[in-house]
Amino acid sequence: MTRTLDAELKTAMAARLLHMADDELILAHRDSEWTGHAPILEEDIAFANIAQDEMGHGLIWYEIRQSLTGEDPDRLVFFRKPAEFRNVQLVELPKGDWAFSMVRQWMFDTWESVHLEALEHSQFAPVADAARKIRREETYHLRHTRAWVRRLGLGTEESNRRMQAAVNELWPYRAQIAIVANEYERLVEERLMPDLDRLATVWGEGVQSELTNSNLALPESAPLRLTRDQHSRYFPALIEELQQVARLEAEARW
Amino acid sequence: MSRLNESAVWEALEEIRDPEIPVLSIVELGVVRSVELEGDKASVELTPTFSACPAYQVMVSSVEAKLRDLGARQVEIRTILSPPWTTDWLSDEAREKLRRFGLAVPLRHHGELETAIESGAAACPHCGSFNTRQTNSFGCTPCRAIAFCSDCRQPFEQLKPV
Repeated sequence: MTRTLDAELKTAMAARLLHMADDELILAHRDSEWTGHAPILEEDIAFANIAQDEMGHGLIWYEIRQSLTGEDPDRLVFFRKPAEFRNVQLVELPKGDWAFSMVRQWMFDTWESVHLEALEHSQFAPVADAARKIRREETYHLRHTRAWVRRLGLGTEESNRRMQAAVNELWPYRAQIAIVANEYERLVEERLMPDLDRLATVWGEGVQSELTNSNLALPESAPLRLTRDQHSRYFPALIEELQQVARLEAEARW
Repeated sequence: MSRLNESAVWEALEEIRDPEIPVLSIVELGVVRSVELEGDKASVELTPTFSACPAYQVMVSSVEAKLRDLGARQVEIRTILSPPWTTDWLSDEAREKLRRFGLAVPLRHHGELETAIESGAAACPHCGSFNTRQTNSFGCTPCRAIAFCSDCRQPFEQLKPV
């Protein structure tokens, strides 16, 4: 179904699409840091593919946003200041050890599977269409990362310890993913976007049950209260690297 | 005189290959979804196989160049995501071309993606055996996976069921 959005809905939709696109982009960047460094060749290939997929999904959201605001995705990615990005800290933290990156990717894949399923019901056709496409590709991510969470959680004492440490460090960052501006409420009322608090609960239950199956546990720690304009101290260096080449020759045509 | 008519356009699009799978045209691959002509304006709808397919932009530029060669003054290329591309669309003829290229194609899954993935790899392109298993669901491009044939003991690539 195609809906025309009034000015207020357009603004709210554009803001939300930026959250989604930035999450994918920054996670893709962190994942790509494993290229050439993953513990085994198959995982090098797998993680590079996952990074590439997430980048592609980010581009889809940036392009839908572009159809509303006219803003060029390349300008947004390569010429914004770190403070102007709206991704969550979960995706920007340094890649850590293999367990840390695997737990992060799996948590994000688990979130995406819940989120994308809901987005398929958006009354805004471009979002629903994109969600259907992306969800098929994400099937492969979740199967892959879930298998690794099991394997490493149930593996050796060391792999279990590293996985538990990663879970403990990452899970406090969970709340930021469902933080939205007040304008978002109208998108929910008009069934253009899903209620994120409800999805976050479903996500938490999914994460918990999978961890239990993998001999891992959720930490007791309370969620960090962060908004999407707050970044970690690691973020400026990430953006500097991401934008370095584009900024060398800002007018270059690729 | 302009050569811009529908059959000429489809014929020209048949000449464009997927740079990563050069045995198939983009029409056989299912990337071209529609062609519409109005005077000297050509509108084409394309859909990517996988969202992050790096060859897709090459295909878009090739389509644009082809249409201009045929005399289109205005070219509009729209990317559509619905219905999402699926391996089910590949015809038997296209599957045979891919097999000869060494790339296995999964059986049609009719939307039952999880089941298709669970059931493992497609027939081995070398010996035809179904005694195969997927060894990595990620390969050298977003659309490919790596599999192994337990009968002829050869590794092979397959298109991921999607």
